Amino acid sequence: MNGALVFIDNKEIPIENEQNLLELIRKARIDLPTFCYHSELSIYGACRLCMVHVEGMGLVPACSTPPAPEMKVSTNTGEIRKMRKIIVELLLANHSQNCPTCQKSTTCQLQALAKRLGITKVRFKNQLKEMPADESSPSIVRDPNKCVLCGDCVRICSEVQSVGAIDFAYRGAQTVVIPSFGKALDQVECVNCGQCARICPTGALTPKSEVDEVWKAIHDPSKVVVAQVAPAVRVAIGEMFGLPPGTTTAGQIAAALKAIGFDKIYDTSFTADLTVLEESNEFIKRVTAGDRIPQFTSCCPAWVKFVEQYYPEFLNHLSSCRSPQQMFGALAKEMLASELKVNREDIVVVSIMPCTAKKFEAKRPEFESDGVRDVDQVLTTQELGRMIEEAGLHFKELGPESFHMPFGFKTGAGVIFGNSGGVSEAVLRYVSEKLTGQKHDAYEFTSVRGEEGIREAKLSVAGKEFTLAVVSGLGNARKVLENIQSGKVHYDLVEVMACPGGCIGGAGQPVFSDPLVKRQRTKGLYESDRMLELHKSQDNPYITELYDTFLGDVGGHKAHELLHTSYSSRKRILDEDLDISSGAEKSIDISVCFGTSCFLKGSQKLLRDILEHINVKGLDDRVNVRASFCFEKCDKGPTIKIGSRIIEGCTTEKAIEAIKREGLNLP
Amino acid sequence: MNLMLTGLNKIGNDFIVRSNAAAHRILVCAGTGCLVNGSLKVYEAFVKAIRDSGLNAIVELKKEEEGIFVSRTGCQGFCQIGPLVTILPEGIFYTGVKPLDVGEIVEKTIRNGDVVERLLYVEPDSQAVCRTKEEIPFYRRQHRFVLANCGTIDPEDINEYIAAGGYKEAVRAYLEMTPEEICELIFASGLRGRGGGGFPAGRKWDIARREVNEKKYVICNGDEGDPGAFMDMGIMEGNPHSVIEGMIVAARAIEADEGYIYVRAEYPLAVKRLRKAIDDAYRVGLLGKNLFGSNHSFNLNIMEGAGAFVCGEETALIASIEGKRGMPSPKPPFPSVSGLWGKPTIINNVETLSQVPLVLKVGPDGYRKVGTKDSPGTKTFALTGHVANSGLIEMPFGATLREIIYGVAGGMTSDTGKAVNDGFKAVQIGGPSGGCLTRDHLDLPIDFDSLKTVGAMVGSGGLVVMNKNTCMVSVARFFMQFTQHESCGKCVLCREGTKQMLSLLDDIIEGRATMETLDLLKDLAGAVQKGSLCGLGKTAPNPVLSTMKHFRDEYIAHVSDKRCPTGKCKALVKLIVDEELCKGCTLCAAKCPAGAISGEKGKPHRIDDKTCRKCYICVEACKFKAIKGE
Amino acid sequence: METIRKFERVFEIIDQNQRSAARLIPILQAVQAEYRYLPEEILAFVATSLGISPASVFGVATFYSLFTLKPKGKYLIRVCNGTACHVKGSMGLYGAIVKKLELKDGEDSTSDMLFTVETVNCLGACGLSPAMVVNDEVYGQLTPQRVSDIIDEIVLREAHNESDAHGA
Ligand SMILES: Cc1cc2nc3c(=O)[nH]c(=O)nc-3n(C[C@H](O)[C@H](O)[C@H](O)COP(=O)(O)O)c2cc1C
Ligand code: SF4
Ligand code: SF4
Ligand code: SF4
Ligand code: SF4
Ligand code: FES
Ligand code: FES
Repeated sequence: MNGALVFIDNKEIPIENEQNLLELIRKARIDLPTFCYHSELSIYGACRLCMVHVEGMGLVPACSTPPAPEMKVSTNTGEIRKMRKIIVELLLANHSQNCPTCQKSTTCQLQALAKRLGITKVRFKNQLKEMPADESSPSIVRDPNKCVLCGDCVRICSEVQSVGAIDFAYRGAQTVVIPSFGKALDQVECVNCGQCARICPTGALTPKSEVDEVWKAIHDPSKVVVAQVAPAVRVAIGEMFGLPPGTTTAGQIAAALKAIGFDKIYDTSFTADLTVLEESNEFIKRVTAGDRIPQFTSCCPAWVKFVEQYYPEFLNHLSSCRSPQQMFGALAKEMLASELKVNREDIVVVSIMPCTAKKFEAKRPEFESDGVRDVDQVLTTQELGRMIEEAGLHFKELGPESFHMPFGFKTGAGVIFGNSGGVSEAVLRYVSEKLTGQKHDAYEFTSVRGEEGIREAKLSVAGKEFTLAVVSGLGNARKVLENIQSGKVHYDLVEVMACPGGCIGGAGQPVFSDPLVKRQRTKGLYESDRMLELHKSQDNPYITELYDTFLGDVGGHKAHELLHTSYSSRKRILDEDLDISSGAEKSIDISVCFGTSCFLKGSQKLLRDILEHINVKGLDDRVNVRASFCFEKCDKGPTIKIGSRIIEGCTTEKAIEAIKREGLNLP
Repeated sequence: MNLMLTGLNKIGNDFIVRSNAAAHRILVCAGTGCLVNGSLKVYEAFVKAIRDSGLNAIVELKKEEEGIFVSRTGCQGFCQIGPLVTILPEGIFYTGVKPLDVGEIVEKTIRNGDVVERLLYVEPDSQAVCRTKEEIPFYRRQHRFVLANCGTIDPEDINEYIAAGGYKEAVRAYLEMTPEEICELIFASGLRGRGGGGFPAGRKWDIARREVNEKKYVICNGDEGDPGAFMDMGIMEGNPHSVIEGMIVAARAIEADEGYIYVRAEYPLAVKRLRKAIDDAYRVGLLGKNLFGSNHSFNLNIMEGAGAFVCGEETALIASIEGKRGMPSPKPPFPSVSGLWGKPTIINNVETLSQVPLVLKVGPDGYRKVGTKDSPGTKTFALTGHVANSGLIEMPFGATLREIIYGVAGGMTSDTGKAVNDGFKAVQIGGPSGGCLTRDHLDLPIDFDSLKTVGAMVGSGGLVVMNKNTCMVSVARFFMQFTQHESCGKCVLCREGTKQMLSLLDDIIEGRATMETLDLLKDLAGAVQKGSLCGLGKTAPNPVLSTMKHFRDEYIAHVSDKRCPTGKCKALVKLIVDEELCKGCTLCAAKCPAGAISGEKGKPHRIDDKTCRKCYICVEACKFKAIKGE
Repeated sequence: METIRKFERVFEIIDQNQRSAARLIPILQAVQAEYRYLPEEILAFVATSLGISPASVFGVATFYSLFTLKPKGKYLIRVCNGTACHVKGSMGLYGAIVKKLELKDGEDSTSDMLFTVETVNCLGACGLSPAMVVNDEVYGQLTPQRVSDIIDEIVLREAHNESDAHGA
């Protein structure tokens, strides 16, 4: 079929592997409107905007019609134009009417389409039944009143991320996209990657904004507001101001931040360099000892939450290093207070991130000391762009300025962190020299670069063979984990980024739909690397100084305290326990895990025995017994929880013992 | 002759010997309709009466040597006059039988060979008394082909189906025919899908047959969600083995080894009988491994629906079997290429499949003797509405509405069920996806293609006859409300479009519409029809478009005169107080929530039409029936 | 103990269905038969056991009209509003039931949870329209009066059972 011609609006277009008419039409440079088609997702066929006329077939959806030789396609007949208008009018008649105040205004595809089709009046009655927006999540706001039910978010969350935190519920005109049981997004297994918000054509899913809080801090004279800018931001923010994707604008960002009123401007790439040292050393130690291999990277908070929820048995394989954002926060709060002579609580750390999950990460309880968070606010690239707009700055025309020292100095290794494969490459740049004890001139490890969601590389360093996997997209991560678990594959180091392509494709980045954009951003970061003077984290003089003057040894005590963390398993959804028997008010809670694995290991008998014991001892009034669904400690099941104690590998005896220990062994 | 056929013949002969040994057979209809009317009690009464009568008769089928046996059958179509009881061999047909009548029947008919006159059917028009089913016009004018065995055999007894020649074609399909030959034969017969589309079954099978895949599926679509259609239910309850046999043949034709029957959740009896039938078929060796000594297997499962009309659509049905939300997906790929679990799958309607053994039996030429050239065979319809006889009927394609309404259905009736002469207004055919036919179409030979040319379709086969008192806008609204409610919500045009169409129809019915409303409704209907993803949306506008076409005057009356010609649309009725009847009791004025009624005590009251909300509370409140429509 | 018996039954149901996600609908049907509705925590449990996301189980449970996430009355009255029954005035019957049970706007169950009323499309008893089902029993050729009587009979029977239970 390849090479055969299709006539699209009278133009001959050859078929070259296109699976559907839509791809072919777009190749003919006709911008057929769509909401529900994305090349990375399955074909859904719901928006009906892609309807075209094919001679002999009538109106067909281009997204689900395979091209055939000699087809004659028209994309703009009177009938089609009329239908498109009706579709958009129908959507608007079931849509919230606060367009001007919507986060997505000007980047919303529904708005754009209404304008493009010249819709000036909606002929149908607005029948929207207003529902409350869900603002519970630290990362995402879900406003069902703006949803067009294209299903893009549902598919990306399940097909690409293998999470499935949101899905369609109800039927017909009542259909909504919602987390399980209509719960709030922060109560369910959402890992905050934000890919749903990235793909949502309207304002129904948007990254949560913290712009107001940041302005407030800036306006507060008692606060010192410190910014850290993540690598991926610099190659994308320009898109919001008419620059081509991939243009590096680090200097303009620094200038803009200063103009806006930030007191200090630093670079997260600096702490990325720091991460490289810590993580590489951890890696060398672990490989040498054959301990917890493969080592997984841990700088993506969405990935970390994913492991906590679904693969608790792999938690100790995660590198204990905090992410660059959190290393920065901890250091900044620890060091800047004395350096800038301000109170610790008056330092406000604001991160500029390509990411929505970083908002969640900053709020994790692990990352605060004495009730003060290491990172106070997280802005996405988009939010910074909006602040720049609000401040009335002509971004393109800003003269570049430099970051502040010492945390503003980075090597190329810290910059490529924004690309999938970047962390691995940075680690390799370190490990190869460390293990051989020699300096190398060449620094690029192109074997870990690429666009595939799962890439493998075999390398030999100092006579030792290493197998690496570079993974982006959590669905791919799941595949890799399953393969590791089943023994099908062996890796030494596995890098995982939740967003396809890495952070350059993060959900906080400017809205894009063309897959080419990601490629250009990636290229932009590798070019930045090349433009920089230094390319290896170990060469960063400020890092060396930091260890010498403050941190001590790599992986040492102080480093551990500030730069490392630990993880614990986490329930996927909250509040779904089943009451089996309840006692009086001040009773003690006993929950028996009935997750699949614990059940197979005998939690049913355990529950019966416990109930029996309680019955015999007449404790009915003093305990609440619940069946709980997974403490995610599946490898050590059956697990039960008595009071606040979790007992793994529980037996009837252990349970009774624990009940007694709670002071419940009265006759 | 091979072993299997010998086996079947033996089962059949045994059954015939046993049933011949019985002096009488008593068939009690146990279709849903008659069950509702209490036929189970009648059945039990017979069992008891026979036992008590000392007729030395044994009721259980297996020990039937000596006497009489009582069987339950599937629906015989004429539920309206049920419970129905047939006494064989005489063929005496009793209607409206109550448990109390049983003693008399046993005494008179079974013992003495007399007839209980008062239980016979009397033709309303001619007052002719009908002794047997064949004498009743309702049956006489039909052509019962697939329904032939419904109502005569016991659906819960596989032996009886076998005795009637059942499963021979299945055996033949495996042992004497190649898959290709079966497809060719079905294609040559011209058998078209009865599930709505009328797609040639042979062609569908052949596409799946050509797919090379070690796993294929056959699915029987028994979802029958059309409100007011119950033909498939009739077949599944009345003759489940015919469906199974059809599926066995289909499986052989495409070389599938697994099948599903997807049954609508509201049909518990059908599920029960199908389950029994499948168990029996396994027992006899008609399902399972190494069928008929060949190296083919065929396993059959039942899946109960969970309440979604859209699951009748084939891709939605597949999603439902896969445990998902029943949302249709775009075609291509068609199920015959990529269906259940991505494997080649054929989906056929219950009636289509139950025709299959008959087609094999009579051969393509035999099959083509009935019906029209492009739509051979017969079609079942669920006949309801303002007609004297309603129920499950079967007509050859090419029959006219006139034959159905005035022949089988016994003519038009008024709203209260009285026979009227010139009452006909329209027929809604094909349920919510069909269209309406008018007086002009009374003599149109009905088949798949003729109906399409007039904007209707065979659809599921629902046939609602409407008299002159029916408001066609309200009819359109009823069906629109149905489809709107059943839309799966996936695609914009159907989800939002049906909602807006319903709201526009409400505007018309409630007096808020202008002529622009009609134009907008038509434009919207056109877009929904052409642009929706699945058949539900594509056909949802049909009732609106066809009533708008054939009864435009009625729409205009609602819109520009704010008047419903039949007086059925409450909001358009002007309520007035009959001054003669009004006693001035003030009750209505006190109850009116809008404060639209005024008047002095003891004097006739008055309703202000502008303030009146047409809630009709006053009409109900008035003890003197003084308030009425103008 | 009743809770744990039911809960163990859920295990049985899941096992009988080979812990297969494809069997989700039959599993939910069986669970509903046991509990008379689909409790949220059981759905979450089913999801975990089948290895699918709770959101998708919730999606399936809310798509099909026979599934219910709210407990329903002991007697579920479903009035047919199929074409035939509609033509014969089924909505009048529905209204009569709502009135009889004194249900307020938007309510479908009585406060004592004895009755729930719904509409359904075609029971296949069109010949006897208008029709309704109460739990599994189908009634045909109904009038508002007959419906009212049926409800009275049930109430009476229940009151009787109640006093029996107390007497014992
Ligand atoms: C909304 C909708 C509902 C349908 N319902 C049924 C049904 O209840 N029974 C049926 O056999 N076909 C139904 N169909 C048609 C099926 O999709 C399919 O065409 C049919 O089962 C094929 O069988 P056939 O070729 O034997 O007719 C429905 C189609 C649509 C669009
Ligand atoms: S943020 Fe990620 S995990 Fe959460 S719902 Fe969106 S796509 Fe799914
Ligand atoms: S939330 Fe956005 S992406 Fe998801 S279905 Fe609605 S409009 Fe589509
Ligand atoms: S890949 Fe990057 S942008 Fe995406 S969630 Fe992870 S850290 Fe955030
Ligand atoms: S046409 Fe209606 S029922 Fe069919 S897919 Fe679209 S929304 Fe669903
Ligand atoms: S892109 Fe084809 S229907 Fe949405
Ligand atoms: S329409 Fe009510 S039973 Fe068929």
